[in-house]
Amino acid sequence: MRIGVVTFPGTLDDRDAARAVKYAGAEAVSLWHGDADLKGVDAVILPGGFSYGDYLRCGAISRFAPVMTEIIAQANKGMPVLGICNGFQVLCEAHLLPGALTRNHELHFLCRDQTLKIENTTSAWTSNFTQGQEIVIPLKNGEGSFQCDDETLKSLEDNNRIIARYLGENPNGSRNLIAGITNERGNVVGLMPHPEHAIDSLTGPSTDGLPFFISVLTAMVGK
Amino acid sequence: MNLDTVSIAQTSPDTKQPFAELGLKPDEYTRIKEILNRRPTSSELAMYSVMWSEHCSYKSSKVHLKQFGEKAPHSDALLVGIGENAGVVDVGQGYAVTFKIESHNHPSFIEPYQGAATGVGGIVRDILTMGARPIAVMDPLRFGPAEAPDTKRVLPGIVAGIGGYGNCLGLPNIGGEITFDQTYLGNPLVNALCVGVMRHEQIKLAKASGAGNLVVLFGAKTGGDGIGGVSVLASETFGASGPAKRPSVQVGDPFVEKVLIECSLEIFAEDLVVGIQDLGGAGLSCATSELASGGSGGMAVQLDKVPLRDPSLLPEEILMSESQERMCAIVEPKHIARFLEICAKWDVTVDVIGEVTDGDRLIITWHGEVIVDVPPRTVAHDGPVYNRPLAQPAYIDIVNAQIIDVPLPNTKEEIKAAILTIASTPNLADKSWVTSQYDKYVQGNTILAQPEDAGMVRVDESTQLGVAISTDANANWSYLNPYEGAKLALAEAARNIAVAGAKPLAVTNCLNFGSPEDPGVMWQFAESVRGLADGCLEMGLPVTGGNVSFYNQTGDVAILPTPVIGVLGVIQDVRTRTPMGIPAAGLDLYLLGETKNDLAGSEWAFLHNQRGGNSPIADLQREMKLIDFLLANNSIFKCAHDLSQGGLAATLIETTLKNNIGATITLNDAGIELLSETPSRVLIAIDPMDAANITYPATKIGTTGGSSLTINGAEISLAELRTAHTETFPKLFG
Repeated sequence: MRIGVVTFPGTLDDRDAARAVKYAGAEAVSLWHGDADLKGVDAVILPGGFSYGDYLRCGAISRFAPVMTEIIAQANKGMPVLGICNGFQVLCEAHLLPGALTRNHELHFLCRDQTLKIENTTSAWTSNFTQGQEIVIPLKNGEGSFQCDDETLKSLEDNNRIIARYLGENPNGSRNLIAGITNERGNVVGLMPHPEHAIDSLTGPSTDGLPFFISVLTAMVGK
Repeated sequence: MNLDTVSIAQTSPDTKQPFAELGLKPDEYTRIKEILNRRPTSSELAMYSVMWSEHCSYKSSKVHLKQFGEKAPHSDALLVGIGENAGVVDVGQGYAVTFKIESHNHPSFIEPYQGAATGVGGIVRDILTMGARPIAVMDPLRFGPAEAPDTKRVLPGIVAGIGGYGNCLGLPNIGGEITFDQTYLGNPLVNALCVGVMRHEQIKLAKASGAGNLVVLFGAKTGGDGIGGVSVLASETFGASGPAKRPSVQVGDPFVEKVLIECSLEIFAEDLVVGIQDLGGAGLSCATSELASGGSGGMAVQLDKVPLRDPSLLPEEILMSESQERMCAIVEPKHIARFLEICAKWDVTVDVIGEVTDGDRLIITWHGEVIVDVPPRTVAHDGPVYNRPLAQPAYIDIVNAQIIDVPLPNTKEEIKAAILTIASTPNLADKSWVTSQYDKYVQGNTILAQPEDAGMVRVDESTQLGVAISTDANANWSYLNPYEGAKLALAEAARNIAVAGAKPLAVTNCLNFGSPEDPGVMWQFAESVRGLADGCLEMGLPVTGGNVSFYNQTGDVAILPTPVIGVLGVIQDVRTRTPMGIPAAGLDLYLLGETKNDLAGSEWAFLHNQRGGNSPIADLQREMKLIDFLLANNSIFKCAHDLSQGGLAATLIETTLKNNIGATITLNDAGIELLSETPSRVLIAIDPMDAANITYPATKIGTTGGSSLTINGAEISLAELRTAHTETFPKLFG
């Protein structure tokens, strides 16, 4: 099982995402933003960071990278794609997911251990969780407030497309405490917190992030 | 534009030059003329002025700093010592670690966000320049009183700047300090530390050798920002038609730096450079003269080839610009094609601007005209050296004679009130409001981060080798006794490393002081350096480098002498690290070391507006015995936490709140035992059955468990304690 991890200029968590893929038991394949070549991978992760320095809007420039053309095409055919933090922002800019991530409501970058409630265990990236499971993984971003119009929000809620919500106080002003969403098909997931930083209790707050990466292996085996 | 060339300078010896406006003294200007045997061109004058500035030349501190060499202990670990961009130590398994701390105090006061941001950027480039991948940063900060209006301007901006830049580089921020004192009101201290790791064979040095090798400038384009950042610029003297006065504070772009880091590491991995230097203070003046003097001395640079953000910049300004995110490399011609290819991959601007030459002159031309022709050593290393007058200031005898007279808690009510005061006072309150703005997780190797005693990062995932870093200063003690204060800061930093389970290995420092032209300040500085050098010799820890920041002074009021000491340690297996928080109920709490009446310079005395008495005398033999004991018995400690500012009171607050597990404590003389700050003490928790292993002077003071911190019957619920500890910063700055 081979999972691609994309590096854009300014990507930061690519090595962390590759480590998580290895911890889950798959092979991590490095993908370069400038190459329209997915090297035959079975799934793709768009990791966190500040691609293109967040110039213009977070993810707005990366969305046009040559590698994204291929990712968008494959995602529309059902390939699992996970966007974490900046990756989530890229997926929204690429219109693979609805909505947008805006500045945290308190206007600070916020790095903390965040409790989440898993709301959807049918997506490609969350099948190894149990419905309603509470997990603790790091949240770290300056622009993590999920926003969309009322119609989109209703559609997300009605169609079980919210995969995780923040528990407790809203950390960034996201609508309906949304921490992550999926597309209609369930193969594309965007998540603001960082599961790749919670795969080993030595370096993270928990190992609660690992099931995201194991889930996709299960999803692919099941195909 | 009237270009001032060497040939014009030769024929116009009497041209009036703005040396004073550029910060040079008349005798320094005379010396430049003697060196060159003519008047300098305006470009040469610009170069000498920035390179002979206090910041670059260490002209007031040099005579004292040489003690770090003279008193250097023997160390097999030291691979690169003082003088390079950063010192390098051997941490075993073929790994070398480089670390350094620098100040960015003045820019951060003027423009908090950019000043602090570029402070991070500069120290990170110093580490990168050694050939290392930067792996973590830390930021010791000092501000005026927490409630002062200007602190509300400066602190949020500085914190946002550090976060904004460091987070975008993907460097975990693993620690630091935040202290408030009146003397920092007009002079906040922003010190930035970076640590990096490489293989031994990857160490790079700043040298330009091999005639015919190319001088390559890569990274950001040069702009008008930061001109004369290290000296003083009166820009109108550079021709009335030139650009308007430009800010002396640099403006940073962390995205460019992140790309520059990855690009440089790829270039290093293929061994494509002979020498390398980052462009920081004094910009191209520094990089070219240091690279040339690091080699045989000869270099020819075509300054008109430097890519510019602003085409109207004059040659003098290009030489002085401190635009960020630039590097200068020496590359053999056979490697240049590949070098350019890697830069293209990362979209990094790159230009060949010159070459290494035979001979010993640095010659810079502007469209074919020679505007600089100097022996580079005279610019980079032969700056003036001052043996400035020093004298013990009058305040020392006065404050040392004072007797600390503060109310000490005794009854249950008094103990509870004192604990809540210590928990909530800005110097000791929870700093999450600040540290949650920093990414501590990126890179996935952070083992310990603030509020732990030391920051710790893993260096090798397969062997679990790691390094720990702590920075400490106790300016209150340094004020009372700068010699002992420096030693005590060293002892505390080394203890913090050992408390976390790592072995102290090497030292860096950032020496923040007032004006060196004040003999009293100069005495504080000299005593601090003497104390640190003596302490390092006694503890067997080499100083690998450091930074001096003078002129932290508003009018006659200097900051407290603030030597910030950074100690680096190594841990063979990061899984054996000792955290600071009580992990479970049913453990016994022991206080290692002896508690004396050391209230002078304490937080409790500070809270009662008393700054007198005598600082403790550093007993480094005792400190080393404690460190040996900590390292030998690490495996039985369930947690360990240093005692420093705020004494046992602060330590108990932090260790119980970390994991929300309480403790019941019994003390004989609660007031002194809670609030004295006697050095060389550590609180540990052990399994009761391991008691026989405590072979160091220790007192059992209590047990762990419950949902409150109870001291001599005074019960403080952890909920109440947490509220007191955590609400201070959001209330002040939220």
